[in-house]
Amino acid sequence: MSRTIVTLVGKDKVGIIATVCNFFAENNINILDLKQTTSQGFINMMMIVDTDSYKGTMSELNEGLEKVGVKVGCTVKAQHEEIFDMMHRI
Amino acid sequence: MVELNEVFETVNMVAEENLDVRTITMGISLLDCIDPDLGTLCDKIYKKITESAKDLVKVGDELGSEYGVPVINKRISVTPIAIVGSAACKCPKDYVKIAETLDCAAKDVGVNFIGGYSALVQKGMTTGDRYLIESIPEALATTERVCSSISLGSTKIGINMDAVRLMGDIIKATAEATKENDSLGCAKLVVFCNPPDDNPFMAGAFHGVTEADRIINVGVSGPGVVKHELSKVRGQDFEVLCETIKKTAFKVTRVGQLFAKEASKRLGVPFGIVDLSLAPTPAVGDSIADIIHEMGMEYAGAPGTTAALAILNDQVKKGGVMASSYVGGLSGAFIPVTEDKAMAEAAEIGALSLEKLEAMTCVCSVGLDMIAIPGSTPATTIAGIIADEMAIGMVNQKTTAVRLIPVIGKDVGDFAQFGGLLGEARIMPVNKFGCADFVNRGGRIPAPIHSFKN
Repeated sequence: MSRTIVTLVGKDKVGIIATVCNFFAENNINILDLKQTTSQGFINMMMIVDTDSYKGTMSELNEGLEKVGVKVGCTVKAQHEEIFDMMHRI
Repeated sequence: MVELNEVFETVNMVAEENLDVRTITMGISLLDCIDPDLGTLCDKIYKKITESAKDLVKVGDELGSEYGVPVINKRISVTPIAIVGSAACKCPKDYVKIAETLDCAAKDVGVNFIGGYSALVQKGMTTGDRYLIESIPEALATTERVCSSISLGSTKIGINMDAVRLMGDIIKATAEATKENDSLGCAKLVVFCNPPDDNPFMAGAFHGVTEADRIINVGVSGPGVVKHELSKVRGQDFEVLCETIKKTAFKVTRVGQLFAKEASKRLGVPFGIVDLSLAPTPAVGDSIADIIHEMGMEYAGAPGTTAALAILNDQVKKGGVMASSYVGGLSGAFIPVTEDKAMAEAAEIGALSLEKLEAMTCVCSVGLDMIAIPGSTPATTIAGIIADEMAIGMVNQKTTAVRLIPVIGKDVGDFAQFGGLLGEARIMPVNKFGCADFVNRGGRIPAPIHSFKN
């Protein structure tokens, strides 16, 4: 399974996660885990997703997420999970 | 499973603290290209480089996109050209032809620098070595991406003072040949004592003769990340300071290790080493001088700076060594002046002198790096500065280097601009007292007593 971590940062409002989830549903990307915090009107969200059935490349996924980000007024980014494991786990 | 705070720590390192992979450098051996005919040699070199590195830039960009950490430079290092060209080159001009071939190959595969226009002359010079050295001014003036490095000394062998003296003239001639661009040619020319065979960083990268046919070496970055982490422990003791640097260096180096392994797999080229060096850029916040400031110095160069740099260099190694399966190259902290905005500012206000920089090179990974000096500085004085730096490397069994830029037509306080990652700075003063009678003696300085370990 190809696990990708999607991060989202920005000003909180109604429908942010719904919009991101819709994008994943449309692109055949399964959400495995979701964590988020909100503080002083800002949202930090992280999703772990399975991109095995996604047809595009990582840069296409990031381009798509950038458009989603513009729509919801947040910065959204996808990265392979391995980079986080390498940096934070021995 | 990674936690939310860990994920955002990494994301912020890239977004706000300039974390990147500074370079993926492919080392390519050109020994199998050697041919007595110059035209055939150049054809073989072009073919070997363009075939070996055809996917290097693509893979570097892919990795950057997939892991979300940009790979700033994709580069190539080759076998020292003095060796490769010695059978074919009958005069310095012949070596320039090889430089042009390297430049052309670099452009065609899309790398921004190619290193290895080099000669290893720590003991003596062959005819080929001399021709290559004499060709450097023209080679660097007529090419864009070729970098040159000359090894002038080592702890095992001593210092070749004939070559040191010659390099004084060559650096001046290179400055003169590129005077329209603030003597930019000298930014692509470095002299070494104890150079590593697997350095991925320019201008000093070359593919040593003990290396495999092809290899992937990776240089990481991260001064901004270290500075940011240190800003959280202001006023705390040295134990906390050292632990913070060590842990940060571990994380930064892990990125390099991941990229090196993955690049190696995708390119089908063995993984060589990760170079742990903290490499600054002219970008705001991506600075070694800022780290020194964060450690408690008003400006880099103030008393205490050498101790601070010693701590930084040592802790970076201690953190980095565990993060990578093979560590090599220069692995420490770089202290260039023009390439580091805060370092350039410290020099401009007089906090940092050439002499203090020399002291700092005793405890960091390289040497006097990217320092603009007056164009009128005599060649003998440049040779004297090189000799001092080579002696530090030889006696302390470490790599030292000199990359000085005598900017023709400019004097102390004038501004020199090199553009891009090479940066800009005011011209620094050089000690005006002469050393001509010393450097003109000729011959070799013998190896120090502690080199005889057999």
